[in-house]
Amino acid sequence: MPMSSPTFHLAIALDGAGWHPAAWREPGSRREELFSPGYWVDLVQEAERGLIDFVTIEDTLGLQSADPFVPDTRTDEVRGRLDALLIASRVAPVTERIGLVPTVTVTHTEPFHVSKAVATLDHVSEGRGGWQVKVSGRSDEAQHFGRRELVGFEAGLADPAVQTQVVELCDEAAEAVEVARRLWDSWEPDAEIRDAATDRFIDAEKVHRIEFEGRFFSVRGPAITPRPPQGQPVVAALAHAEVPYRLAARSADVVFVTPHGLDDARGILAQVAAAVDAERRDPGRERLLVFADLLVFVDTAAESGAARLQRLDGLGRALSSDAAVVTGSAASLAEQLAELASLGFDGVRLRPGVLADDLPAIVDGIVPELQRRGLFRTRYEAATLRGQLGLSEEVADRYAKAVLR
Amino acid sequence: MTERSRKQIVLAAYLGGVNEDILWEHPEAGSQIDFSTFRHVAQTAERGRFDYFFLAEGLALRERDGQVFDHDVVGRPDTIPVLAALAAVTSHIGLVGTLNATFNEPYELARQLASLDHLSGGRAGWNVVTSFDAFTGANFRRGGFLDPADRYVRAEEAVAAVQALWDSWGEHAIAADPVSGRFLADARAGEFEFSGRQFDIGGRFTVPRSPQGRPVIVQAGVSPQGRDFAAATADAIFSPFHRAPEAHEFYRDIKARAAGFGRDPSHVKVLPGTSFVLGDSKADAEEKARHILQQQLTPRTVQVLFEQAWNRDLSAFDVDGPVPSLPPLVEGPPFIQGRAFVFGDRATVVRGWQSLAEEKGLSLRQLAATVFGRIDYTGTPQQVADELDAFVQGDGADGVVVGSHLVPGGLDEFVDLVVPLLQEKGSLRTEYEGSTLRENLGLPTP
Ligand SMILES: Cc1cc2nc3c(=O)[nH]c(=O)nc-3n(C[C@H](O)[C@H](O)[C@H](O)COP(=O)(O)O)c2cc1C
Repeated sequence: MPMSSPTFHLAIALDGAGWHPAAWREPGSRREELFSPGYWVDLVQEAERGLIDFVTIEDTLGLQSADPFVPDTRTDEVRGRLDALLIASRVAPVTERIGLVPTVTVTHTEPFHVSKAVATLDHVSEGRGGWQVKVSGRSDEAQHFGRRELVGFEAGLADPAVQTQVVELCDEAAEAVEVARRLWDSWEPDAEIRDAATDRFIDAEKVHRIEFEGRFFSVRGPAITPRPPQGQPVVAALAHAEVPYRLAARSADVVFVTPHGLDDARGILAQVAAAVDAERRDPGRERLLVFADLLVFVDTAAESGAARLQRLDGLGRALSSDAAVVTGSAASLAEQLAELASLGFDGVRLRPGVLADDLPAIVDGIVPELQRRGLFRTRYEAATLRGQLGLSEEVADRYAKAVLR
Repeated sequence: MTERSRKQIVLAAYLGGVNEDILWEHPEAGSQIDFSTFRHVAQTAERGRFDYFFLAEGLALRERDGQVFDHDVVGRPDTIPVLAALAAVTSHIGLVGTLNATFNEPYELARQLASLDHLSGGRAGWNVVTSFDAFTGANFRRGGFLDPADRYVRAEEAVAAVQALWDSWGEHAIAADPVSGRFLADARAGEFEFSGRQFDIGGRFTVPRSPQGRPVIVQAGVSPQGRDFAAATADAIFSPFHRAPEAHEFYRDIKARAAGFGRDPSHVKVLPGTSFVLGDSKADAEEKARHILQQQLTPRTVQVLFEQAWNRDLSAFDVDGPVPSLPPLVEGPPFIQGRAFVFGDRATVVRGWQSLAEEKGLSLRQLAATVFGRIDYTGTPQQVADELDAFVQGDGADGVVVGSHLVPGGLDEFVDLVVPLLQEKGSLRTEYEGSTLRENLGLPTP
């Protein structure tokens, strides 16, 4: 028995009816309810029953498409989604311990608004809020805002103009995260004093302008929303290559990566470590937690995961995925997770192929298997998401004056 | 005289303000930011069968002469996420948030409000405000980009674009038929295009048609352009005119403008902000109100309120002394930033206040009580219910937005003591009849 409790983390990525394009056609899928609050509450409560560290909720500024880079006109897959941060906020009062990490896009949006939205999610969830940072490079999404032109991805990822744009979008995203983080810090923890004797609600010395001047925007601050309960809500990012690894290293607390096999997994860990060495020079910064993304089909009593995948592939478009697709029994999948843990991954984020089937199979199958191996907790241990992830719960405020003694 | 049917009083509950009326130093005052505060007030209002719960917004902390305000409540949450969270702990009450049309884009506004409408089962509303100042703009990518004259051009276009986005998914756009494998019944669901002076946008919207189709539109702003905008577009108006005769004039004006735009005037609800103090007798309530007003109008509060009108430093003037005879600095840079000045033209307003003070021999503090005092209803619950009902039945308004100096418990006694009397009169529902905000307000479904 290990002395301290296990520190391997599990996250679940929620999206529509699941990650397979035909997931919505499965009998248990509540396809009529994908836009109703009850559906999302039930999913997150189910994940919480499995002691999952946090859920992520996918979002984009454009309609889903079979091709991630250009829109399509298909009618046989789920189209439409609700604002993920609002889903997370809606779920917060009816869950207790699970972290809530919606996707929020930073490309066409205002860093000031993003910052206060995530801070407010952290307030309404009493310290369980986070944010998966996303950039938008699609030209059709740019046209939804009509404020700038993007080259789009039509020319392919190898095109130099596309590559330049990706770097620019990531640099801009890093600025947006920096602004959000400074705004969260712009209220010191003890800024609210309610001192009737001097008729002061706050100590104005403890609420700071951030005076951010970047390449892409400037933001004065302070935040209008008081310091969030976690101080710094958890920032996450999905990354597949060096440029986004560097963005994650600069800005995030958690990075999701997509290894295909153990060799690839070792290579990615080394690349992320190199990005951290290059970008994270601040000695006070905490570790970047690395999560492997896996798209899972778990064997159920009725059908093996592999058979289910094959059957669903036959219904329409076959699954294509940036993350590795894995199938098998809960025990064999738990074994794969254990291998990733032993390589040094901090956790995995599971993308259920079909939420109706794979989410319960994770909660009732994979989780107990991991617990049996001593790899996963048997209860929630911390009150905040940062605490749950082993990140410091006492975040220093960058604007607080050093106390001399 | 023909008997006219009794108007149903529209009630909204206002919370989260950062104005001087909130007594943060009160021993029973709670947090201004914890979710429990918002939950308490929204659930109390729902117990009182209110139409909606309402949050204001300000996109920059208020400043005096470059220093963040410290004497009033400072800080509030992002409105729409709080309303989404409140949808989880309420079932019928409308959830209306203030969002600025200048510093938001239609695509995001439409997404957030339609999402809130889905997540609340059809209870979402948007209070459209138009603050445009460069001070607020310094928190945003474009800075203070908008010419003040264009604030309602942009607001009108923003609402039209948002409504086009809401309409871009037909009611039957989703088939979700597993047998045929058709999820979308309409391959072009969500397609939209909008072009105007402020926006030139197009593409496909991500949020399917929400329960209300179009969430409710509320407006706050009193200039002639603001009134026209509201009369043409809004379902309700958050008005600053809560007393006769201005209230009746504003009411007549808005209803006439609405009719002029070819609308049924009863589909634009005029709702002034108001507050109340209850007592065992009229005298008891008035005594309490005097005490509350005194606590609200601290010397610093009085000074800062007048500094906004005069647009200059008044710290040298004793609040218990005479009203300064100085003119306001009309041209100077704003001395107070981040708060809309809603009293009208500065020079005229100040002149009016100066002569009022002279005529009645008022000190600065006494003048403040007269012009900024926000307690409209004082008396026993019966007296308050009678007066409020008479105000609405007499076409001073269609209802009121009720605030309280005490957060979060201040609304409780209104709901426990006044609401049953309004219900007895037949002026307020005893149960919610509909499930959406539009249904609560008796508005047509678009
Ligand atoms: C009763 C009332 C409430 C208002 N509430 C807000 C608010 O919460 N946030 C905001 O930014 N502006 C608010 N405003 C300002 C208005 O949106 C508007 O910008 C201002 O009144 C100027 O427009 P006007 O010239 O038509 O009056 C409010 C105005 C009124 C009259």
